[in-house]
Amino acid sequence: MADKRLTLDELIGELHSGMTIGIGGWGSRRKPMAAVRAILRSDLTDLTVVSYGGPDVGLLCAAGKVKRAVYGFVTLDSIPTDPHFKAARQAGAIECTELDEGMFYLGLLAASQRVPFLPTRAGLGSDVMVVNPSLRTVVSPYDDAEELVAVPALRLDAALVHVNRADAKGSGQILGPDPFFDELFLGAADRRFVTTERIVDTDRFAAEGPLQSLCISRLLTDGVIETTGGAHFTACVPDYPRDEAFQKEYAAAAGDPDAWAAFRQRFLEVDESGYQMAVGQADVERKARRAAERAGTTTGGTR
Amino acid sequence: MSAAPPPESGGSGDSGDSGVTRAEYCAVACAEVFRGDGEVMASAFGTAPALGARLARLTFAPDLVLTDGDAALVAGVPALGADIATLLLESHMPYRKVFDTVWSGRRNLIMMASQIDRTGNQNISAIGEWAQPTVQLVGVRGAPGNTVNHSTSYWVPNHSTRSFVEQVDVVCGVGYARAEAAGPSATRFHEIRRVVSNLGVFDFETPDHTMRVRSVHPGVTVDEVVAATGFELVVPDEVSETRQPTPEELELLRTVLDPRGLREREVRS
Repeated sequence: MADKRLTLDELIGELHSGMTIGIGGWGSRRKPMAAVRAILRSDLTDLTVVSYGGPDVGLLCAAGKVKRAVYGFVTLDSIPTDPHFKAARQAGAIECTELDEGMFYLGLLAASQRVPFLPTRAGLGSDVMVVNPSLRTVVSPYDDAEELVAVPALRLDAALVHVNRADAKGSGQILGPDPFFDELFLGAADRRFVTTERIVDTDRFAAEGPLQSLCISRLLTDGVIETTGGAHFTACVPDYPRDEAFQKEYAAAAGDPDAWAAFRQRFLEVDESGYQMAVGQADVERKARRAAERAGTTTGGTR
Repeated sequence: MSAAPPPESGGSGDSGDSGVTRAEYCAVACAEVFRGDGEVMASAFGTAPALGARLARLTFAPDLVLTDGDAALVAGVPALGADIATLLLESHMPYRKVFDTVWSGRRNLIMMASQIDRTGNQNISAIGEWAQPTVQLVGVRGAPGNTVNHSTSYWVPNHSTRSFVEQVDVVCGVGYARAEAAGPSATRFHEIRRVVSNLGVFDFETPDHTMRVRSVHPGVTVDEVVAATGFELVVPDEVSETRQPTPEELELLRTVLDPRGLREREVRS
């Protein structure tokens, strides 16, 4: 049986400039951030990024990797908007396809079912139809004759998703409460890649979670990459929650070119193990700073 | 839908219990959005709407189905800010099923609006030209689909001529005129039930479905509302005050649902 294990470098070798790449997760939750960071380090460019957008979209925009973003929103959840995406939009630096988030779901579903479109009411009357002039409606061939939006298939060249556990053959296990649309991202894509907190033997799955958590079948995967902490700083429950302190620093740095250069140098111009090490160090520094502040307060020191 | 008329008017015209805060009037006005709802999923964004849905569920809309704000439906009525791990869950509601629920119509929603206009269009996408906005907001999210599939209302905690505008910059949530122009498939399940702001309650129960003052919160004058609105509101000859919370409702708000007083941070009295 095929062993689908890859390294992050091998994953990047499978991607090409100009590709349409779907990124799983939702907002700042269970994003394949290690894969995104690997794209940031690569010379890939001119990408169309399809995402229930979070910091994946923001980081790729900040690095100038994005030609077009396809999204219903871009949010950091606890911070309403991603400042890098915001800056790119306000500078007119990227092309955009903005869809109702339910239309987005149907676009992925249509692509994974190999039909050209799926009908819905969502979008009718809204500016989604105006800002995407290529969208068409379709009239029901039955007696009701309803006119509905024909959401075109969102076909992807490649998809990247992050799961809690996977085996070497490419089955994936999502232990958090929401599988989001990861299965459909994979189904909509020609090349399908799953990063995971841990590659385990298939016989471990049952001990890790119930059958329903085994929601990514190997029918949907071409490559599996072990990236422990690979969703950081987004949430990857139950393995870890969102790193709110780190996310705050990411967002704050966006407003200041010097701070952003320092953030990039420390966290993004290093490989994945360098990133994880820098995150650990930053956490230690943050805790020390807080302890010092507390001590300062109790002794009536600086405020 | 029950036929019970909403007892929204204070009736007597006096502002009653002066100890009631503006935030509490807003919470009660949001609760009224769910009156008459049977077994539908109540989704509520913002503090006053979250309190309103819970209050309705505990009083006059007992069949309402509440969510945990993540991926489940809850059996009880948790206080604001309750630890999600402590909640009693009754069903799985991941995002994919949320869309199935939206499209089935078994949902009643209060969303927020960065801009809202005279015919009920809502904007949360961008300020300025969509192609290159002056301010990028979160994106259209599910607003287009929500508004043509189930009853939608809006909560605007900062009523001003910047939020109540003649025409929104990007139509995310679809208002009456735009739904009518789009045809019967758009109007079939379309309803913009209310707009609740920190100043008053508004609806579209006018012949041409333009926004009408339904009530002003006690302590607010109609003139203040008109001055804070960037378009011509329909103002009835008699404008009632938003109704008083009952003693039971006040007790629930203050001691059960929001003992930490989060509501007062969203809307100052």
